[in-house]
Amino acid sequence: MTDFSLSELLIAACAENWRGVGEVMAFGAGPLPRLGANLAKKSFNPALMTTDGECFYTTEPIGPGRRSDPANVEGWSPYDRTFSTLWGGKRVAMVGPVQMDRFGQANISAIGDHAKPKVALVGARGFPGNSVHHRNSFFFQAHNKRAFVEGEVDYVCMAGYNPARWINDRAPLGLELGIIVTNLCVMDFGGPDHQIRVVSLHPGVTFEEVQENTGFPLAKASDTISETPAPTAEQLALIAVLDPNNVRAAVFKDNPPGRRD
Amino acid sequence: MLDKRMTVDEIVGQLSDGMTIGIGGWATRRKPMALIRAIARSSLKDLTVAAYGGPDFGLLAATGKVRKFIFAFASLDQIPNEPHFKNARQAGLPVFEVDEGMFHWGLRAAAMRMPFLPTRIGDGTSLLDQPELSKRVTSPFDDGETFVAMPPIRLDAALLHVHRADQQGNTLTLSPDPFFDELIGRAADKVYVTTEKLVATPNLDMVNNLRFNILERAQINGVAEVPYGAHPTSAAPDYQLDLGHLKTYAASATSPEEWANYRARFVDVSDADYLAAVGGPEQIAALKTPSY
Repeated sequence: MTDFSLSELLIAACAENWRGVGEVMAFGAGPLPRLGANLAKKSFNPALMTTDGECFYTTEPIGPGRRSDPANVEGWSPYDRTFSTLWGGKRVAMVGPVQMDRFGQANISAIGDHAKPKVALVGARGFPGNSVHHRNSFFFQAHNKRAFVEGEVDYVCMAGYNPARWINDRAPLGLELGIIVTNLCVMDFGGPDHQIRVVSLHPGVTFEEVQENTGFPLAKASDTISETPAPTAEQLALIAVLDPNNVRAAVFKDNPPGRRD
Repeated sequence: MLDKRMTVDEIVGQLSDGMTIGIGGWATRRKPMALIRAIARSSLKDLTVAAYGGPDFGLLAATGKVRKFIFAFASLDQIPNEPHFKNARQAGLPVFEVDEGMFHWGLRAAAMRMPFLPTRIGDGTSLLDQPELSKRVTSPFDDGETFVAMPPIRLDAALLHVHRADQQGNTLTLSPDPFFDELIGRAADKVYVTTEKLVATPNLDMVNNLRFNILERAQINGVAEVPYGAHPTSAAPDYQLDLGHLKTYAASATSPEEWANYRARFVDVSDADYLAAVGGPEQIAALKTPSY
């Protein structure tokens, strides 16, 4: 049996966000989603467009903490063009919110009262626009009730499946929430009325553990929830090439294995 | 020949209390920081400040210049949260929070002298709870879709940092991403630029650089030559951001004493003393390209 780390398991799970999405701009926020996009490009979706994180599309994907070689640059993506691209729907993202609620609404703006936050975060950034124009998936490094909150998130930066917030009760045109990859499981929005459901459990994790760490009731994709697929030897070899500085080993404390003892 | 040359302090003298000021650049890239420090040293107050925020936000917040921010984020990129902005927000400093693309849309509305531009952005989010985004507009066509009406972000003045300029206000913005400086300029009644180098018009080599000329000179009201005027943010390709200094700056948000120390060393000083304090031109020119 091949050994793999939790980070490598999650990179392979994140990559699935870009399966079958065609020739679009891929954006993965944070090292593991970014490596997931790069892995998708190097394996099952070579048409993906990835950037160096600044403003260049590169032919070979650029991993976290690395700079692009000018010879590898194939296109230009200044922010103005990034907005044009995403408003046209030609982008698929995976982002890392601070909070998410049962509707899939996400928060990166403020914890507590928006007028005088207990913790001021970075701000809504491009979340509102992203959420009504293209598919978005999510990554949570720590699956707990502070992340998956009981009520509504403190400030809704990203539209979710909450008709009470939709203009004229109509779903925003481009609203499409994909998967949620956490340190415990993979979830999606495929339950009744888009209820969040557990699709696969990471090796050694139980549904009960996931539910105990989530502030709202979860559905199950099936009576017997499958195990999150281990990265293949080919995927592990690609990940090693895509992340030569081993940034992935520093994401979780002590770089735990993908299979719990 | 037109002569729009000014000093940084003369530019600050054109601004007044209560103005809405737009600042160019993006987070830690191409911010007119020498001009921001000059505002920080001035008696200006009650400013509404609009930008893709970085240390410009933090310095103005920490020096008590701001009544309100119009923003989508405030970040030091490699340091995700702008620490002085964070302190100010947690103390209750008011904001009008928008999406990044919506910010661009509001600037465009102002630039076009439109009362609003329609957008889907904001639908389904808390942004619409703000009074500025309370208005809707319905398509007059068969689709009948209802949109958010994004009001104009009108600016009394815009502050931009460019790489080259002549005395008439012809400019070159050479960085790989021009961001939204053009729209910030067009949304403003007055535009003041700091430039790395002031050159004679022929030396702009405009025929070969025309795509770097993002605003015509009729939009530019004042030009100040300030080498390294974007430090500690980048003015690539001339120089890169100074992550070491940004860490020093970020650490100054941890206590009033740390801030007083930072301010005395790096804000309440002349441009020449600032440059010396941060290591001098050679050190800035040698800064390494960051990764994102």
